[in-house]
Amino acid sequence: MTAFLGLPGWPGRPGSRRPPAEPAHAPRGVGHLRAADPFPVAARRALADAQLRRNLGKATTTIRAKRAAVVSELPDWEELRAAGEAIKTATMADLDRHLEQLDAAVTARGGTVHWARDAIEANNIVTALVQAAGATEVVKVKSLATDEIGLNDALAAAGIAAYETDLAELIVQLGHDRPSHVLVPAIHRNRSEIRDIFLREMNDVSPDLTDDPAALAEAARQHLRRKFLSATVGISGANFGVAETGTLCVVESEGNGRMCVTLPQTLITVMGIEKVIPSWADLGVFLQLLPRSSTGERMNPYTSMWTGVTPGDGPQSVHLVLLDNGRTAALADPVGRAALHCIRCSACLNVCPVYERTGGHAYGSVYPGPIGAVLSPQLTGIEDNASLPYASSLCGACYDVCPVKINIPELLVHLRARHVEEARRTQRLPSAEAITMAAASYVLADPGRLAAAQSASRSGRLLGRRGRITALPPPLAAWTRARDAPVPPPQTFRQWWQGHHGDDRGDRDDRGDQ
Amino acid sequence: MSARDDVLARIRAAARTGADGTGPASFAAAPSPGPRYRTRSELAGPELLELLASRLTDYRALVHLASAATLADEIGAALRRRQARRIVVPPALRLPLPGFVTATADTRPFLSPAELAAFDGVVTRAAVAVAETGTIVLDGSPDQGRRAISLVPDYHLCVVEAGQVVHLVPEAVARLAAGRPLTWISGPSATSDIELERVEGVHGPRTLEVVLVSG
Repeated sequence: MTAFLGLPGWPGRPGSRRPPAEPAHAPRGVGHLRAADPFPVAARRALADAQLRRNLGKATTTIRAKRAAVVSELPDWEELRAAGEAIKTATMADLDRHLEQLDAAVTARGGTVHWARDAIEANNIVTALVQAAGATEVVKVKSLATDEIGLNDALAAAGIAAYETDLAELIVQLGHDRPSHVLVPAIHRNRSEIRDIFLREMNDVSPDLTDDPAALAEAARQHLRRKFLSATVGISGANFGVAETGTLCVVESEGNGRMCVTLPQTLITVMGIEKVIPSWADLGVFLQLLPRSSTGERMNPYTSMWTGVTPGDGPQSVHLVLLDNGRTAALADPVGRAALHCIRCSACLNVCPVYERTGGHAYGSVYPGPIGAVLSPQLTGIEDNASLPYASSLCGACYDVCPVKINIPELLVHLRARHVEEARRTQRLPSAEAITMAAASYVLADPGRLAAAQSASRSGRLLGRRGRITALPPPLAAWTRARDAPVPPPQTFRQWWQGHHGDDRGDRDDRGDQ
Repeated sequence: MSARDDVLARIRAAARTGADGTGPASFAAAPSPGPRYRTRSELAGPELLELLASRLTDYRALVHLASAATLADEIGAALRRRQARRIVVPPALRLPLPGFVTATADTRPFLSPAELAAFDGVVTRAAVAVAETGTIVLDGSPDQGRRAISLVPDYHLCVVEAGQVVHLVPEAVARLAAGRPLTWISGPSATSDIELERVEGVHGPRTLEVVLVSG
């Protein structure tokens, strides 16, 4: 028996890979990496929402076509992908050195670098910096890292109001909702839902507001303008941090990013440690890969780059918070660490047949879709997101579009195997899966037993309707909770063969030829 | 142990976890043969400017071609169409502006964001432009000014010289100095956050007009 997708080798070998120490995962009880419900439960809920499925279908279809068009324009797209993969692999190979270099370069240019082992530490650092600046409100650029650590909740607990300024994040924040897509967090809302949220939550909006996207964008502009012009602290994430120069980079569309990184006196950037890239020239690769893969544009409208403090231009107090929060745990897995190569373009979400039907909320993490299914469990420890590696049909579309060639299907299978292995180590009773595999091994080892089992399986026909079994009894119920099983055929292949070729049967057939 | 030491120690421990649980061999990147993607282009002259103009137009920027002789007329015509009279300019713009315009240079003490919001528009030059992507890059030089002046006013008129135009993104990266505050601009601000329908004009200037100067 060789590769069984999603199933453990059995009988099991002892774990072949044991890290020297327990890896440090993202802590529980803070941030948005863990689901309240396992994926199958949440997905069932999402699938019942017809409006959600319509919104998702329309949005993902649109963006897939845009991406395909701008990718096909470039004669060297595959070379760029290969370069992106190579740069990321090389970065991870020397991550400590690149981070030390980034730290030194930012510091040399008048910035202050902070390190955070986890979400709690990062939240404390940012809160203290905002308080030191004497601010009670901050403006924020869309940032997955700050959402991951639950920064807005931490700031609110300290009496600091955080205003999301990206249009989609604003829709999510005003709707007391959660983002459902890496790039288009309000992808699950259509225009009339958004108008209703604005009318309900914005005190400065006209009651005549229509659901025309341009009118809604104008309402957001008016609503946020005063905040931008008066804000004293801005908070951002970073798409890239260049080790060689200390340059931080934010890629965006609306200008809210430029506002947040330019107008306030204090700028605080929270960046995952895996976002460092070694050299300035590497930007020439990623500034082509990212916009074409994410929004399907040749270039996003605005990209801001800053290096420490520029006297007389922009924030004069510049901070960088380097965040671990489970990333080093992912790094410790020689296969799984490829998930850290992700540049958060979201192309894999848009092509995923599972994401397209369930949307992002079902994944329960700020990182949804195929990349989320391999990243979130590694950040939290697999047992805390155990259903995510199974939230895929392994069709491979995600791998084809990934701008840095992360082999997501391979990672999914790898994490499934790790999950089963870890569960076996910690559980004293064998799982239903393990018992089934042991039984299968016993039955398949002997032709007589197989014949008897096949004959017995025909009793399963009693459970089926129209060729399908939708509910098997325990312990097999776990299988039919998420899928139908076919009804066993009325006769086995062996019986069929005997009926058609009864003349030339021989005992040798029963010895098998495997 | 400080958080810095701790995180670095975790990284080093992780790096020691090779595929077989031992040495870092599996962790090392393959030696790179050098970039195979395009880093240089032979595209030049009018073809390059035409590509830039068409890509800028694709993303809803207004584009005009001018020569050194017609530059002043193009700038004047653009500002007149826009009815832009109160203009903010960088400290050393060195461009001819029409008589009906009152230009305020952003010099120390710098204009506040609220003051910038009161202007009809801003006129700047650029550092580099990328034809393939329809992108203009500002680097904060004295003819481009602080980042805030090209951000807060609702109208941005940008003058790009032919010699500043490159074909490819890597060529632009190679020309730019990392230490400067950079703003890459590709069309006016936009959002696709509502049903992925593109809307031009959110927080940045809602109108971007570009004059390309050749010869």
